[in-house]
Amino acid sequence: MKKSTKNFINLVLLALLFVAVWLIERFAGASSMLVTVLKKGAIYAVIAVSMNLLNGFTGLFSLGQAGFMLVGAYTYAVLTIPVAKRVAVYQMYAGGAIHFQLPWIVGILLAGVMAALLAALIGLPVLRLKSDYLAIATLGFAEIIRAIIQYEKLGPITNGSLLLKTYPTFSSVLFPFAAATICIGIIVLLINSTYGRAFKAIRDDEIAAEAMGINLFRHKQMAFVISSFFAGVGGALLAMYQGTLQANAFKSAMTYEILLIVVIGGMGSVTGSVLASFLFITASEWWLRFLDSEQFIGSFQVPLLRSGFRMVVFSIVIMVVVLFFRKGIMGDREFDIEGIAKWCHRRFGKGGAKA
Amino acid sequence: MFEKFFPYLLAGVSVGGQYALIAVGYTMVYGILRLINFAHGDIFTAAGFFMVYIAATMPLYIAVPLVIILTVLLGFTVERVAYKPLRTAPRMSIMISAIGVSYLLQNLMWYITGGLAKQYPVLPWIGDTITLGNTSTKVVTIVTPILTIALVVALVMLIQRTKIGMAMRAVSKDFETAQLMGIKINSVISTTFIIGSFLAAVGSMLYFSNYATVTPTIGAMPGLKAFVAAVFGGIGSVPGAVIGAFIIGIAENIIKALGYTTFSDAFTFALLIVILLVKPTGLFGEKISEKV
Repeated sequence: MKKSTKNFINLVLLALLFVAVWLIERFAGASSMLVTVLKKGAIYAVIAVSMNLLNGFTGLFSLGQAGFMLVGAYTYAVLTIPVAKRVAVYQMYAGGAIHFQLPWIVGILLAGVMAALLAALIGLPVLRLKSDYLAIATLGFAEIIRAIIQYEKLGPITNGSLLLKTYPTFSSVLFPFAAATICIGIIVLLINSTYGRAFKAIRDDEIAAEAMGINLFRHKQMAFVISSFFAGVGGALLAMYQGTLQANAFKSAMTYEILLIVVIGGMGSVTGSVLASFLFITASEWWLRFLDSEQFIGSFQVPLLRSGFRMVVFSIVIMVVVLFFRKGIMGDREFDIEGIAKWCHRRFGKGGAKA
Repeated sequence: MFEKFFPYLLAGVSVGGQYALIAVGYTMVYGILRLINFAHGDIFTAAGFFMVYIAATMPLYIAVPLVIILTVLLGFTVERVAYKPLRTAPRMSIMISAIGVSYLLQNLMWYITGGLAKQYPVLPWIGDTITLGNTSTKVVTIVTPILTIALVVALVMLIQRTKIGMAMRAVSKDFETAQLMGIKINSVISTTFIIGSFLAAVGSMLYFSNYATVTPTIGAMPGLKAFVAAVFGGIGSVPGAVIGAFIIGIAENIIKALGYTTFSDAFTFALLIVILLVKPTGLFGEKISEKV
């Protein structure tokens, strides 16, 4: 298939996706479970793909995602709360220190920029570390960021450990989808560029990559900063989705969840991460909900079902994936129309296995 | 001045001892498998819950050994189920598996307890209050450092003087050669996890005697700090881990004394980053050169 045809088909599919999502919202109702799951799934897709850029494509095992999301979310919320409502939000801090409001789009972009700047700063020392030391150092930085944001002396800006609210949010499911499409689109373009190839070379063999003339530190720094930018944007989107924001939710458990999404989808597969995000969110928020409430078949009470069982089943499923399907759903392949066509041809075509 | 800091210093030494008992588990596993056992903090928490449930129905002289046995079994099972199948996999996979186990254990504990904080039983004698100078504290505060040091000395003797200790040292030096020399690495690794879990169980009894409540995620923070202590002391070195743990415990409490409680956790991680940059091998670690 020619590249231009492929691009065309992809664009058509994307357009169809948007129409489908719009129709779903139209007919399923804006507050239906399906729409909620689609919203959150799209946001998690951005975050998961940004983490995959780092862990799956560049081979940097970073666990700082929650920290960068936190920075993004707070930047967005702090800068976009309407001036008139600040007194109510910053009750403990006499209306806070900031007396202006930025438009939401600027807020989102700044969320990414702040996270990226922070990443550039943190990256200077941290990126010299290898594998598990890098993991634990980034995890540590995320914790430090959370401690700083909750510090009461910064209260006039961050509202300390209290809630931030009344910042602009979105109502239509099309918004997170559009945002996710743009973000993931940019990441895909990056991965397919020469930089992307350099990232993959670093992942596969650092020493060989260096010998080929790739500047290790510069490329690692670049992957780290870009990944953090989109983590920050993802954090801002998540804040918009939630409507209220508190630093306490952005613990290392959140990073682990995103890491597990990336692993389920396949390290090094963008479409895998996207699929896994929707699957993960749908399963945890919707399909497995019934496990959390007591169920009766006639007068027989199904054993084990009560609050919390959902997460147990869920984590067992994840362990099974981690142990036995180490490549995840997609491995490092991508889900595209050509692949499906080939697969169909192999499966149902005349020549059978010949193709 | 001294009057003001003494209670914090005392608490620091005590917490340091508890971190030390956890840190040994991290450092031994890392020394052999090159794996940050993210689930170790949760095994520590599980030991706390075992005690809560067992002490409710049984007398303490049965409960204490039973808790230790169950914790050891848990550590052993985790290794067999989640780490052993990945022996030849890339290091990243094992680490992800460790994170998965941690997630599973936390969710499991949440499910069993209903997410509520459980009251830890008061252990006789070590739960009593005593007065030192002007400070009143629990006996456990004094017992912890002594017990920790005794256990660690015993462990070092085990590593230096016994056959299994020699096998452990060999495996941590060179995994494959040790295997070729006829060392059964699987049993060595299991022994490591058993020792680590045993110390975590003892540590949890001391820790929760001080803090009184157990929640499903309470072990995550002490776990991470103990890991930092292990890195600080030089990963793979048992005495290093213990010294690192005491330093972190004391420093953390001094920071609390100065009124920066918010940053006591952040300090630990800042220390980690500084150490990794200045002296990545830690205080007592051996230099490992990377081979192509």
